[in-house]
Amino acid sequence: MPNSGTQHTVKAFDTDINELRGMVAEIGGRSEQAIAKAMRALQKADLKLAEEVVKEDKLIDDLERRIDELTFQTIALRAPMADDLRELIATFKISGVVERIGDYAKNIAKRVPVLAEGKKLGPVSLLPSMSQVASELVHDSLEAFARRDAALAEDVSERDQVVDDFYTSIFRATITHMIENPKDIGQAAHVLFIAKNLERIGDHATNVAEMVYFASTGEQMPERDRGENPADILADPKQDGSE
Amino acid sequence: MNDMVSADIKGNEKLVSPDDPHQVVAGDGPPKMTTRNVDVYYGEKQAIDNVSIDVNLDNVTAFIGPSGCGKSTFLRCLNRMNDTIPIAKVSGDIKLEGEDIYAPQMDVVQLRARVGMVFQKPNPFPKSIYDNIAYGPRIHGLASNKDELEHIVETSLQRAGLWNEVKDRLQDSGTALSGGQQQRLCIARAIAVDPEVILMDEPCSALDPIATAKIEELIHEIRGKYAIVIVTHNMQQAARVSQRTAFFHLGTLVEYGVTTDIFTNPTEERTRDYITGRYG
Amino acid sequence: MNSETASTIDPTPTDWSSAAMQQRIKKRYAAERRFKAIGLGAILLSASFLLFLLVVMLGNGFRGFTQTELPVEIDFPALTNGAQASQFEGPNAESRIRSLGVRDIVNGSIEVEYGNSGTDLFSPNAWTTVQTAILGNPAIVGEKTVFYLPVEAELDVAYKGSGNPEAEKKVDKLDDRLSTGFNFNFMSNSDATDPMQVGIWGALKGSLITMIITLALAFPVGVLAALYLEEYAPKNRYTDLIEVSINNLAAVPSIIFGLLGLAVFLNLFGLPRSAALVGGLTLALMTMPVIVISGRNAVKSVPPSIREAALGIGASPIQVVFHHVLPLALPGILTGTIIGMARALGETAPLLMIGMRAFIAKPPDGITDPSTVLPVQIFLWSDEVNRGFVEKTSAAIIVLLVFLLTMNAVAIYLRNRFETRW
Repeated sequence: MPNSGTQHTVKAFDTDINELRGMVAEIGGRSEQAIAKAMRALQKADLKLAEEVVKEDKLIDDLERRIDELTFQTIALRAPMADDLRELIATFKISGVVERIGDYAKNIAKRVPVLAEGKKLGPVSLLPSMSQVASELVHDSLEAFARRDAALAEDVSERDQVVDDFYTSIFRATITHMIENPKDIGQAAHVLFIAKNLERIGDHATNVAEMVYFASTGEQMPERDRGENPADILADPKQDGSE
Repeated sequence: MNDMVSADIKGNEKLVSPDDPHQVVAGDGPPKMTTRNVDVYYGEKQAIDNVSIDVNLDNVTAFIGPSGCGKSTFLRCLNRMNDTIPIAKVSGDIKLEGEDIYAPQMDVVQLRARVGMVFQKPNPFPKSIYDNIAYGPRIHGLASNKDELEHIVETSLQRAGLWNEVKDRLQDSGTALSGGQQQRLCIARAIAVDPEVILMDEPCSALDPIATAKIEELIHEIRGKYAIVIVTHNMQQAARVSQRTAFFHLGTLVEYGVTTDIFTNPTEERTRDYITGRYG
Repeated sequence: MNSETASTIDPTPTDWSSAAMQQRIKKRYAAERRFKAIGLGAILLSASFLLFLLVVMLGNGFRGFTQTELPVEIDFPALTNGAQASQFEGPNAESRIRSLGVRDIVNGSIEVEYGNSGTDLFSPNAWTTVQTAILGNPAIVGEKTVFYLPVEAELDVAYKGSGNPEAEKKVDKLDDRLSTGFNFNFMSNSDATDPMQVGIWGALKGSLITMIITLALAFPVGVLAALYLEEYAPKNRYTDLIEVSINNLAAVPSIIFGLLGLAVFLNLFGLPRSAALVGGLTLALMTMPVIVISGRNAVKSVPPSIREAALGIGASPIQVVFHHVLPLALPGILTGTIIGMARALGETAPLLMIGMRAFIAKPPDGITDPSTVLPVQIFLWSDEVNRGFVEKTSAAIIVLLVFLLTMNAVAIYLRNRFETRW
C-alpha cells in the first residue's frame, strides 16, 4: 500500500526518515559509480582508476555504519509501527546489501592490474554488457526504494535472469578457453571471478528489490522462476569440450 | 477457500457473509460475548454506529482509537453500565454466552458480577483490604462460611499478584496503598466474584511505568481464565498485551484483526494513519 | 508594549525588577495584609460577643446555684420525746417519719432561736430539707444537730445585694449568722411557686424527652427522603418542585409550625395538650427540612467513582446506597442534624402555641404526660414577679447552654469517628 503522503504529527520523525532515505540514495549512487569505474578501469587498463575505486570503498563502509546508527536510533526513539517499521527494517538490510555490492566492485578493481598485464581474453568482451545490466538493476532497485514502487521491484527481480544468463555464457566460454589455452588459466580464473562478482551484484540487487517489495506491501515477494542453475552447467550432457 | 483455514493465517482476512457482516479472525474459537449492529445515542448525538464484534476467552482484545471515538462507550455497553446514564440509548444485539443481556429475565446485577469492570482511576472502597475483596462475594452469596470467604480473598489477591504485599495487613485501609497496588486491588476485587469477562477501561493511564508493567504481566497471567477486553490510549500497550485489536474511529469499527498484523501491516488507511502517528 | 510589526511576541524580556513591578508587589502584599487583618478582626469581634454573653450569663446565673442559709439547732431527743433511730428504718419508715411532725419540730426550734417571727425569716418549705435528711439517715433523730436551712426569697435576694430596704435591714441585723451554701435542689426539683424551692429537673427531663422524639422522627425520615431524592428520583419538574418546597420549608418561621401543631395534632388528632409527644412531633416537622437539605448535599458530594465501583461489582442500587453512599455521606448528614437539633432545642414559640407553657410541678413520666421544656421554663420564670426568680432564670439559661454543648459534643464526636474511616 503506497504511503498516503501525509506527514507525521511529530515532524522530527519525518526529518529522520528523510535523512535516512537521502543516505540510502547516496550509498546506492556510490556503489553504482564504483561498478562503472571498476569496469572502465578494466577496459582501459587504467591502474590509477582502479586504485581510486579501492580507496573510495572506505567511504561506502562509513556510510553504511552511519545508516545503521541512525536506523537503530530512530527505531528506539520513535517506536515506529506498520509501514514506518517495515521501511526502517528494509533500510537496515538494504544498506548492508549495498555495502557488499560496493565490496564486489572493489574486488573487481583489485583484479585490474593482473588482467592489464596479459593479452585480452575473448570472454572479457562480454563483461561490459553484463556489468551494464547489473548496474541498471542496482539503480532500479534503489529507485524502487525511493518511490516505494513494488511493481518496479518485481521487475528488477525478473531482470536478474538476464545477468544470470550472461554469467552462464561467460562461464562456458571461459571454461572452454581454459581447456583450449591452458597457459591462460591464471588470467581466465580472474575473469571467472569478475563474472561471478557481477552475478552476485545482480543477486544483491534482487535482495534489495525483495526488501522494497516487503516494505511497500508488507508481504514477501512471490518466488520467481529461477531458470537454469549455474551449478548444473558442467553437468549438461550437451556440452562438448571443443570450441 | 483453503487459504482461510490454513495454519498460516493472514489475520485480516475478513470472513463475511451477507447477513452477518462482522469482522472475525479465522480460526478463533467460539466467542464469550457477541455484539451485532450496536448503536448508542446520547440524546440526539450518535456515539456508536453499527458495531459488530466478538470477544473470546483465549484472546485479550484491545480497543484502540483517538479520543472520543466511542471505545469506552462501547465497553460500557457490555456490562450495561450505560444504564446509569439517563440520556444513553443502546440498541442492537449483545449476548453473553448466547443470552441477550438486555432481555427482561437477565438480572443486571448478576450480569455485572459475570462481566466485571476495572476503571481508569483506581477506586477501592474506603474499607479494609479484606473487606474490599470480600464485599462482592458477600453480596452475591458466593461463600457459605468465613473460611470459604477467606479462601476467596486469598485466591483473588494471589491471582492479582498482590497477596505477598498485603497478606500481613489485610485490615489496613484499601486507600492507603500506592496507585499501582490499588489498581491491582480493584482487579482482585473483580476477580473475587468469579467473572467470565473482565472489562478494563484504560487501567494503566493513571499509573507509573513499573506499576503498568506489573499489571500488563497480570493480564498475561489471567488470560484464558477470563475473557479480557482492554481499552487503551497507549498503542504500545495494546500491542504488548493483546492478541486481537479493534480500531475505532468516530463511533465505527474501522478494523479488527490479529494484533501483530494490525501493527505491522493494517489494511485500512485510517488504521495505518492512526498507529503511525499521522493522524491529526 | 506593542511593536510596530504584526508580531505579537515582544522580543525584549520582561523586566521583573522594574519600579512598576515593585509597586505591584507592594500593593499585593498590602492587600493581603489588609485581608488578613479584616479576617482576624472579624474573628475577634465574634469571640468577644461570645465571651460577653458567657460572662454575663455566668455572672448572673451562678448565684442561682447558691442559697442563703441560717443555722438552726434542733434537739431531736428532746423534741421527739426520745424517739430512736431504729423506729425509722424498714418498710414503713417514710410514713412514720412524716407522722413525726418534723415541720412543727423545725418551726419550734426556729422560734426558740430567732423569736416568734423567726419562721418568717425562712423559706416556707425549709423544713422539707430536714425531713429529706432524716429519710436519708435516720440516725439523726438520736442527736442534737445544727441544720443550715434556706432563708426566704426576699432575704435571699437582699443578701445577694439587690433586695428592698426592709429586707436589707433584716440582713444587717443577722449579718454574722447568714452564710451561702450550694443549692443542690436546683438540679433535682421541678417548678414551684417559691423561688427557693424551684428546680430545673422537670424542664430538663421534658427537653430530653422532646429531643429524643424529635430525633427519632426527623432523622430517619429526613435521611431517607434525602437518599431517595438524590439517588432514585427522576429529574423532572415534579422533583424540582419538591426541592423548592423543602428549601422554603426550612426557612418558615417556627411559630407557624406551632400553629400547624395546634391545628393538626391537638385539634384534629386530639393528642393531649402540653405533652412531650406533641412537642416532639412539631419540632420534628421543623427539623426535617434542614436534615433533608444537608443530607442531599452530603450525598451529592460522594464521588461517583465509588458508586461506579460498587455497581461494577454487581451491587444492587439499594446496596450501593446503604453500603457505600450513606457511610460516606454520614459526616455531612450528622452536621446537618446537629444544626437542626440545636435549633429545635432552643425553640420556644411553637411549643408555647401547643400549650407547653403550663405550670408543671412534677417531672413527666411518659411522653403523653404534661411537660415543659427548658426555653419555655426560662421564659416563664423571666415573667415572674418575685425577684428571686431573676437569678434562677439565668441559672436555667446556663443549664440550657450546657445541655446544648453536650449535645453538640456528642454529635461532633460521632461525626469525627465516621470521618476518619475515609
